[in-house]
Amino acid sequence: METDAVRTSRSQLYCRHTLPVRIMHWINVLAFFVLLMSGLQIFNAHPALNWGKSSYDGRPPLLEIGAATDRAGHAVGTTNVLGHSFETTGILGSSKSDGGGLEERAFPAWATLPGPRWLSMARSWHFFAAWIFVVNGILYFMYGFATGHFRRDIVPTRADGRSIGRSFLDHLRFRHPAGEAAKHYNILQKVAYITVIFVLLPAIVVMGWGMSPYLNSLIPGWVDVLGGRQSARTLHFALAFLLLTFVGVHVFEVIVTGLWNNLRSMITGRYQVPAEKDHE
Amino acid sequence: MNSAASRRRFLLRSAPALVGMLLGGCDRLSNSPWFARILAVAESLNAAVKKGTSTRLSMAQEFPESELSPSFRSNGTSRPSSAEYESLAANGFADYRLDVGGLVAKPLSLSLDDIRALPSRTQVTRHDCVEGWSAIGKWKGARLSALLKEAQPSASARYVVFRCADSLEEGGDPYYESIDMDDAYHEQTLLAYELNDAALPIGNGAPLRLRVERQLGYKMAKYVMRIELVDKLDGIGNGQGGYWEDQGYQWYAGI
Repeated sequence: METDAVRTSRSQLYCRHTLPVRIMHWINVLAFFVLLMSGLQIFNAHPALNWGKSSYDGRPPLLEIGAATDRAGHAVGTTNVLGHSFETTGILGSSKSDGGGLEERAFPAWATLPGPRWLSMARSWHFFAAWIFVVNGILYFMYGFATGHFRRDIVPTRADGRSIGRSFLDHLRFRHPAGEAAKHYNILQKVAYITVIFVLLPAIVVMGWGMSPYLNSLIPGWVDVLGGRQSARTLHFALAFLLLTFVGVHVFEVIVTGLWNNLRSMITGRYQVPAEKDHE
Repeated sequence: MNSAASRRRFLLRSAPALVGMLLGGCDRLSNSPWFARILAVAESLNAAVKKGTSTRLSMAQEFPESELSPSFRSNGTSRPSSAEYESLAANGFADYRLDVGGLVAKPLSLSLDDIRALPSRTQVTRHDCVEGWSAIGKWKGARLSALLKEAQPSASARYVVFRCADSLEEGGDPYYESIDMDDAYHEQTLLAYELNDAALPIGNGAPLRLRVERQLGYKMAKYVMRIELVDKLDGIGNGQGGYWEDQGYQWYAGI
């Protein structure tokens, strides 16, 4: 690694991310985690997910997190998924409270915002972060289309299409692009970014709107296109975890392809292009 | 080891502590009144979207009766504990009177029969609780707009306040709620006395509960005893416009 660093002079640092993209990226990171964690606190107020228009149409929930008290008086956490019950004490259903004992709560305090049970404050955080997230997202879309960032950097090219198989294998083998190739997103990155930016993120906003009684009234019945208000709530939750999965893979790739180089490129913009393998 | 490497190692090692500090910091922020006021900007924006998109016009979705929930969940108070309420309930609310006062030209005191004689509306709507659940019920009730027409609110009236017979905690503050005039005159805003073709059960707010279909369940006060028209919410409860609002919940509950 040292020799690489020596070999690569300052002039080989190139600007990978523009300032607006860097700013919007980090605003999005903050908004995402506030939304996620306050969302889990909101979920804890009614830790069940149903499909359809109401929660009480006679069908059991798709997912339900709860706790039962055993003979010794301990809160035993249970998670019920599609009729299958799992004991999840310590994480889901019952987990450590501030006092140290087990407390009945769906998601644990370390995963929610605020930590203690506090629905109204979670809603305040959630809507505040939601406004920032949506305004930031709109600015990002405007920027991405106006500057050609999407067309130039994210829309796959014909060559990308042909490289899917190889790119897939390269990822599995942790072989990362070097030289000129490292200056562009590879096809798997492009597909992931397009899915997140143009599908998952807008969809989770729409599912959130679908839960608003007032927004439902603007075009009565529109939420039934999603399956009903409870379906919208279930999809909102599922999308949050899909996005969290993306974040997990994203951070993993950031680490394995050079944590500090990647981090720097998203902070100062400068990215040090890895030397080509055959130069070594 | 060069300085960059040691700096990076330090950053890595301090990451968990940093996350812990962030989370603790968030909880401290949650407890600061000034920060709660900043977060409340979002509530103002939500209310502004409502004001900007329509006022009295948009209608909450109505459902066919085939969509009715088999049983309508009772939440919050399931039976007010006061002796006064018990005696009203004991003879089927025959002695119940709804008082209407405040900024009105004609204060009223109405029996349930008087209220049933007002222009009514029947609607099958979805009740959305702030906790996240929904239930679909068929409501029949007097249109609040018809009652207001009788009472003749003065021009300075800006809110309708509903005073209730229940308190959520033994000996605690009585439940109350408030809505603005746009929602008060909305076609679907009712003082409901029937649920699913039967007299409103005590668990759901007998003898009279409010329906404000474009907002969340906590706005829809149960066990309504008195209606007051006011020009401001200060001086009522803790001044935030409702029992839950006084505990930090949003006054505008359309989302």
